[in-house]
Amino acid sequence: MEKRYYQKEFETMPVEKIKALQSEKLRKQVKHVYENVPYYRNLMDKKGVRPEDIKGVEDLHKLPFISKSDLRETYPYGMLAVPLSDCVRIHSTSGTTGKRVIAYYTQHDVDLWEDCCARALVAAGATKEDIVQVAYGYGLFTGGFGLHGGSQKVGSLTLPMSSGNTERQIQFMLDLKSTVLCCTPSYAAYIGESLKEQGYKPEDNFLKAGIFGAEPWTEEMRRDIEKNLGIKAFDIYGLTESSGPGVAFECEEQKGMHINEDHFIAEIIDPETGEVLPEGSKGELVFTSLDKEAFPLLRYRTRDICVLSREKCSCGRTFIRMAKPMGRSDDMLIIRGVNVFPSQIETVLLTEGYAPNYRIEVDRVNNSDTLDVFVELLPEQLSDTPDGIIKREKALSSAITTMLGIRPAVHLVPPKTITRSEGKAVRVIDKRKLHD
Amino acid sequence: MIKQLTVFAENKVGYLSEITDLLAKNHIDMKALSIADTKDFGILRLIVDKPEVALKALNENGLLGTITEVVGVEISNKTGELSKALSILANCGVNVEYLYAFLSGSVDSAYVVIKATDNVAAEMILNDAGFKKI
Ligand SMILES: [Zn+2]
Repeated sequence: MEKRYYQKEFETMPVEKIKALQSEKLRKQVKHVYENVPYYRNLMDKKGVRPEDIKGVEDLHKLPFISKSDLRETYPYGMLAVPLSDCVRIHSTSGTTGKRVIAYYTQHDVDLWEDCCARALVAAGATKEDIVQVAYGYGLFTGGFGLHGGSQKVGSLTLPMSSGNTERQIQFMLDLKSTVLCCTPSYAAYIGESLKEQGYKPEDNFLKAGIFGAEPWTEEMRRDIEKNLGIKAFDIYGLTESSGPGVAFECEEQKGMHINEDHFIAEIIDPETGEVLPEGSKGELVFTSLDKEAFPLLRYRTRDICVLSREKCSCGRTFIRMAKPMGRSDDMLIIRGVNVFPSQIETVLLTEGYAPNYRIEVDRVNNSDTLDVFVELLPEQLSDTPDGIIKREKALSSAITTMLGIRPAVHLVPPKTITRSEGKAVRVIDKRKLHD
Repeated sequence: MIKQLTVFAENKVGYLSEITDLLAKNHIDMKALSIADTKDFGILRLIVDKPEVALKALNENGLLGTITEVVGVEISNKTGELSKALSILANCGVNVEYLYAFLSGSVDSAYVVIKATDNVAAEMILNDAGFKKI
């Protein structure tokens, strides 16, 4: 079969040429950021680095890191590198109010991002003959708009379903004969289960491929999705901070995701020391955006722990591949595709009159994430009937749902069952087996 | 009105004896015990001789308890007496959330503890109907 690419010239560019291109773009980008973002200029000055010190990718390590806390500190417009009037779009991560990360895009940035998503779609087999069902959420979240834009660039017929309303998803999928599905892996698994429950066999739908990302998933989950939907399932990687999905994407080999190296430089560092690690080492993934105008992050620490590989890929793409991230170095949880911070749950507890003594348990049952929150009851909240306690649990569950967008099971427990005087309270227990 | 000791505990093996042992150790005389539980937790309702002392002992041992006011009446040991008391309450529109009984020390009667939607009304109605307060 003939190999297909969206932008062959870049996707199959010899490695030396990629490095030269990256060096050239990096020099320009550092200058752009230094001149237009006072916050970043200050970071560079403090480190004693001048734009002219950066002659190529080999000098990248001299630059300071940017982390999520920098983005929170500069919220909302402190990282903007172009006049606001040149921006055409804003997206945002989920997170507690005031702690969201805001990303801004010029039209050029949107185009570049959509190109990245188009590459992912073509690598998954999409053509202009395809019908792409986008069941990622549309809105501030980047998933929906990213794949939507990519699909239109490929020329596929694009179905902007957004997430949820599974009954309608399935109806459109079957009636309109969708051939490519884009959503979170847990939602894909859910759609697969629903189809099965309704008595549909994998061959009853017209899907051939799916692009699933925005949350961690396992190979086991991939096999289940592939079996239930009768498709080939492709992984995609990205962060709001780096545009959105499409920073890296899987090819038909399904052995790691090719990073779009003409637009991004990836590094692996030791999360403790910040030292750059040699290729093949496990460490924190760091991204530098080479082409973004409005929100160009240099050496952004993703907190994702993974491994890079330059090993030749049979698909013909020369871009380096990243393994599926095997964990996060901070406390953010991705539950059913939603970013959840324990601090958000704590905020709800305090406003609802509970003590901030709680335990979060995340697990995966039948490929769907479960969230259990255990909260200590205060003496004045005690009821003399089980109904009274259950009512409280339901009310608290609703309040947390409003904050997070996903519903937890709340369990009220006696005091001292969570916080033990002898040791540090373990607040989050993630039982999902993601290290396979 | 009498004072009931209400205790909230995780429903796990041994939780009941943990609480009764603690009360015994503190020389608390337990007169009645009723349990309402789910698979996750249990709510113990106790009538004891020194509810405040018992509560303090529980709190000091990290257990969650509170004092709940309930209605206590003496019901004579005749067929249909309890049913009579309950239908009087029902006729007056007072709902019973839960009830349990314990020995009065006499063979002719038992003590019944009632938690009603309106305890004050329940007590008044039962007294008027000739049921003795305890
Ligand atoms: Zn490949």
